[in-house]
Amino acid sequence: MSNIFPKSANKLPLQIIVYLVVLSGILTAGATYYMTPKYTRVGYAPVQPVPYSHALHAGQLGIDCRYCHSNVETSGVANLPTAQTCMNCHNQVKKDSPLLAVVRHSFETGESVPWVKIHQTPDYVYFNHAIHVNRGVSCWECHGQINEMEVVAHDKPLSMGFCLDCHRDPAPHLRPRDQVTNLDWRPANATEARTQGDKFVHDWNIKPPQSCSGCHR
Amino acid sequence: MAAHADTAGHPAILDEVKPAVLPRAILVANNRSFSWITEKICGIIEGKTPVWWWWCFAVACFVASFTVAGLTYLVATGVGVWGHANPVNWAWDIVNFVFWIGIGHAGTLISAILCLLRQKWRTSINRAAEAMTIFAVVCAAIFPVFHVGRIWYAWFLFPIPNSNYIWQNFRSPLEWDVFAVSTYGTVSVLFWYIGLIPDLAVLRDRFEAAGNKLRSFLYGLFAMGWRGSNRHWSNYEMAYLILAGISTPLVLSVHTIVSFDFAVSLLPGWHTTIFPPYFVAGAIFSGFGMVLTLMLPLRAVYHLEDLITQYHIDCMCKITLATGTIVGYAYAMEFFIAWYSANPYEGFTFINRAFGPYAWAYWIMISCNVITPQFFWFKKVRNCTWFVWVLSIFVNVGMWFERFVIIVTSLARDFLPSSWGYYSPSIVEIFTFFGTFGVFSVLFLLFIRFLPIMPMAELKAVTPQADVHGGHGDPASGQETH
Repeated sequence: MSNIFPKSANKLPLQIIVYLVVLSGILTAGATYYMTPKYTRVGYAPVQPVPYSHALHAGQLGIDCRYCHSNVETSGVANLPTAQTCMNCHNQVKKDSPLLAVVRHSFETGESVPWVKIHQTPDYVYFNHAIHVNRGVSCWECHGQINEMEVVAHDKPLSMGFCLDCHRDPAPHLRPRDQVTNLDWRPANATEARTQGDKFVHDWNIKPPQSCSGCHR
Repeated sequence: MAAHADTAGHPAILDEVKPAVLPRAILVANNRSFSWITEKICGIIEGKTPVWWWWCFAVACFVASFTVAGLTYLVATGVGVWGHANPVNWAWDIVNFVFWIGIGHAGTLISAILCLLRQKWRTSINRAAEAMTIFAVVCAAIFPVFHVGRIWYAWFLFPIPNSNYIWQNFRSPLEWDVFAVSTYGTVSVLFWYIGLIPDLAVLRDRFEAAGNKLRSFLYGLFAMGWRGSNRHWSNYEMAYLILAGISTPLVLSVHTIVSFDFAVSLLPGWHTTIFPPYFVAGAIFSGFGMVLTLMLPLRAVYHLEDLITQYHIDCMCKITLATGTIVGYAYAMEFFIAWYSANPYEGFTFINRAFGPYAWAYWIMISCNVITPQFFWFKKVRNCTWFVWVLSIFVNVGMWFERFVIIVTSLARDFLPSSWGYYSPSIVEIFTFFGTFGVFSVLFLLFIRFLPIMPMAELKAVTPQADVHGGHGDPASGQETH
């Protein structure tokens, strides 16, 4: 009987096993890096219709977040400002700048400025800004150093794991209520963050839900 | 005893008690030779594709397309296209899952437990029964996977670290089910494949001799260089024995864990300690029903009467009878416990099963599962092949209804009368389930066309010729004294 397979075929099973191990390793590493929100979401910085600089307004000028996102303490949704809010200043400052044409158009016609949404909560997730802000969770925790961004970029992964990290142990992520919109505030050290956070958890009766229906209502 | 032993070397007491001469059943009839067995089994594969095969295959593909259509529609639309609604949120999908998983159990029992118990009659049916197991697991897996709705998230069933921090609830029997069924599937495939290797090598050599390069290459690929050397056989036997050992607990564990899906809940009619043994018996019962349904036509079409003898049919019928009777006992015991526990909810559930809105299903179940197998007490019935086949169909029907009765009646009448309902399947569910018989048949038809339906080497080992100690009794008839 002639040989159907060459002698080198004896090594095939081993080669196939090695190949599969390497391939699955590459696939796992690739999926872990390229398919998680740390890669797919972080860094998203679309071109906005108005080149609004948070670094200028919130950073240099020191305008409080709540001046524009005025409902954040009372509403589930952190609102975008209407053109009226912009025009409070810009009817005096740079009132003829071509960069602000879109804002002036919105102010005159009532049509919204077509901002591009960056932080997108999925439809099946219930997220309430007010409850977080009122319990000492800073804007910075989820949105990062906005006051230094020329163009706003997605800074944190905002994955479910990201939410759960804090919901399982909120203490280190809490700060005094009056420092919530101060994006430069940091606790003195980790020990203080812990002691202070534990006190907030106790005093404010913070019990973040970890059950499915807490967020997937 | 040594003092009583005579010079011939056997205890003297034997002369006084005159032990009965027990004829050993002949497993390959008509004194067939080794070469006849090879020619017979390989002939099925090497011969021209019969016309009936093409017809069956076409019909099976058509039926299978119903499953494809049903599932496509479900994925495109949403899981709401099934007839599930409060309070019945488990219905045909889980019924069909348990039904198909149960059918597989005969294959595992035949391969594992009967192997360890040296029940040599298993050799004629084990290959096909193992194939049946694998194909049944395939059909079963369709239902829970698609019941999750968004099937691209089905991987949530497995504990894979992910950025959602979703981790499985290991206290849930549904999670145990994932592991039980996937282990069962894997071990069944391995067992089947290991058993196939020597036969694939035979086919490789025969196709090589016949000059069919492609098929000898393909069979050779899967035969993995089998040359039938002494060392190969020694490793093969050991691997087979180890796998039989691994599979043996699986026969019991898989359906035990499937039964936990219900028994661990608190619903009257589900929350019962009898469930594990009752489900295992039911699974083996339904599995042997399916083995009979498949093997009897196969035996007739390919004229395998010498290999699947009346003795084989008797054995299968007796196992069906035994397990069917256990199932009947379990039904009775459920009623007894419902009364004896003096639990009004338990009592209501069982009265409701037998006389409530689903009474029709209950009595179909009782007639098929309790009454049908009792016919197998009679030798005349067991000798009448077509009647055995008809009874095996009833067993299959009955076991489907058993799962329907357990799952749907309990859910439709839960603790809150205000939420009571009546479940009817949607057309999509009916199509999907109907189609799985096509999926199963397509796979089984491909199996009988391209793979040896019986393990040739093992069959040869149980022929009378293989009995080298022919000095005991008459070697030609295969009888020997015990």
